[in-house]
Amino acid sequence: MTETFSIKKYLRDLPLPFCPGCGAMTVMSEFLRAVHELGHEDLSKFVFCSGIGCSAWIPSPHFMADSVHTLHGRSIPAATGIKLIKPNVNVVIFGGDGDIVGIGLSHFIHAARRNLDILVIMVNNMIYGMTGGQVAPTTPFKSKTTTTPYGSFEHPLDAARLAVTAGASYVARWTTAQPNELRESIKKALQLQGFRFIEATSQCPTAFGRRAGFKDAGEMLRWFKANTIPFEEAKNMTEEDLTRKIVVGEFTQRKRLTLVETMYRMIEEAKTKVEEDGD
Amino acid sequence: MSKKEANTYFWQGNEACAQAAVTAGCRFFAGYPITPASEIAELLSEKLPKTGGIAIQMEDELASIGAVVGASWAGAKSMTATSGPGFSLMQETIGYAFMTETPCVIVDVQRLGPSTGQATKCGQGDVMQARWGTHGDYTAITLSPNSVQELFELTIKAFNLAEKYRTPVILLADETIAHMRERATIQPTENIEIINRRKPKPNEKAFFGLEEIPPMPSVGEGYNIAVTGSTHNEYGIRYTADPKVHRQLVERLNSKIQNHAEEIAETETHNINDCQIGIVSFGCTSRAIYEAVENAKTKGLAVGYVRLKTIWPFPEKTVKELAETAEKIIVPEMNLRQIFYEVQRIADGSADVLSLNKIGGGELITPEELTEKIMESAKN
Repeated sequence: MTETFSIKKYLRDLPLPFCPGCGAMTVMSEFLRAVHELGHEDLSKFVFCSGIGCSAWIPSPHFMADSVHTLHGRSIPAATGIKLIKPNVNVVIFGGDGDIVGIGLSHFIHAARRNLDILVIMVNNMIYGMTGGQVAPTTPFKSKTTTTPYGSFEHPLDAARLAVTAGASYVARWTTAQPNELRESIKKALQLQGFRFIEATSQCPTAFGRRAGFKDAGEMLRWFKANTIPFEEAKNMTEEDLTRKIVVGEFTQRKRLTLVETMYRMIEEAKTKVEEDGD
Repeated sequence: MSKKEANTYFWQGNEACAQAAVTAGCRFFAGYPITPASEIAELLSEKLPKTGGIAIQMEDELASIGAVVGASWAGAKSMTATSGPGFSLMQETIGYAFMTETPCVIVDVQRLGPSTGQATKCGQGDVMQARWGTHGDYTAITLSPNSVQELFELTIKAFNLAEKYRTPVILLADETIAHMRERATIQPTENIEIINRRKPKPNEKAFFGLEEIPPMPSVGEGYNIAVTGSTHNEYGIRYTADPKVHRQLVERLNSKIQNHAEEIAETETHNINDCQIGIVSFGCTSRAIYEAVENAKTKGLAVGYVRLKTIWPFPEKTVKELAETAEKIIVPEMNLRQIFYEVQRIADGSADVLSLNKIGGGELITPEELTEKIMESAKN
């Protein structure tokens, strides 16, 4: 593309908080580029929610938009209240892996089950970055972190597969080494209904890479590239083959009644009943 | 409920609460089942959709109060209802609602704790949790009804105070009041005062300061609101290290309630300027005071009382008045001394403060027990 585009038109004039080489910056700019390519001149059609963690800072307070920066893990409940009261706003959540599938996991599963009409973009850096690099539910097996100095002894969670099982309408995973695919996925998800989940596997050179043996962000991106397996290909692989691999692609896209549809249908029925029977 | 006429109902307490929520303009309820508060969720699930409102059962109490906060920022008057264990889980978000100045109502129908305790039995053990449950410097507004009728009235008041002061309000009911059935006479709805949050003017930008109680826009209206539980300036922008910004914000959040404590504090009083013995009571326990006062009167003893309808901010002025008159003040509570220490602090030596406590099995403090305590304290 030859057009000049700057994400600045969507941002408040504030210094960004990300460390050099942080993948959140890629996710932020690909999201804003997606919004731009969809023809939004500003973010007035959106409401952003986030929790606690580095990637919660992508929208708040940087996006020139409405943003509700909630407690750790509670962005999805806040988004539930917002979307049900204002079904016409486009609610987008940014959150880290600890926020979305650690402390907030229950809300994630239930929002997918309800098919709540929101887009959740999870920046999976595989670590608790802001608190200094503690093991996360997504940390690869055997990785050294500050709370697993001998290597992680737990199996990581596959959030994308979980979202599919729980009932999401759209699920995709890309890495920050695939910004174009990530952006296209965001564009697609923004035009769909129901619960949409995009996981962006992302590098945290400061709190994860450093201890896990990567010398910089570039090396982490090369690691992503060398270890990504397309979704279709992964279907024929064993769990063992897939250990420490990153399966990327679209995991599902399907039509299910969404929470807004079912809730407002119920409300219409209840109101009609009042008209027929009296109250 | 009628717009123009007063009507009399035979309601369960929780039913009065649900009815009042609808009358107050509540349009969003999120909750999680818990005894003895579940009827509120059940009734609002039936009532709210008929008015175009939303009622949803969430996966837990953390999600319930989280959704309530979200709905409030989307412009809806919103509420949740729970009991002790759920109230404990909600504390972090109650602090968030306080910090972000999010109006909402949290009904805590008290049961017997700690922990699962005696889940179906009445208690009054959440008084101090309502005051200090969340971390940090916090000022709560907490109301305490002692009848079905008053549960209706204080539910409306809870919404009004939440909207007026832009703050979470706790309605501290108890199992006895919530589950009992009695007569309630409800004023014509057109006579019931309903307060709505002040909205900003089109070009306003400061929703978190400048004024004591700033105006509150909703998301989706073009204001570009930045809501955060982190320390923030008037425009919602985070300042997580600046001492001045923190002091300014947190001192204002506390003083916007404390400066209006007298206005918020509601009590029922009797003989507080002419009594030997005083009683300070609240909630279901206070139902025993009327008979006890009469009993004492027949025995020639003048007893006055302050019944707290507002617990927090504590009605200091009225209790102080009582302490200046009475030689002794009895504080009956279904806990092991919570309001007692508050009364002692206010009395500050000008009256002896005595406690009458009872916990277990939901057994109430009876008028006889209170009478006995009054007579005994008059002797010594």
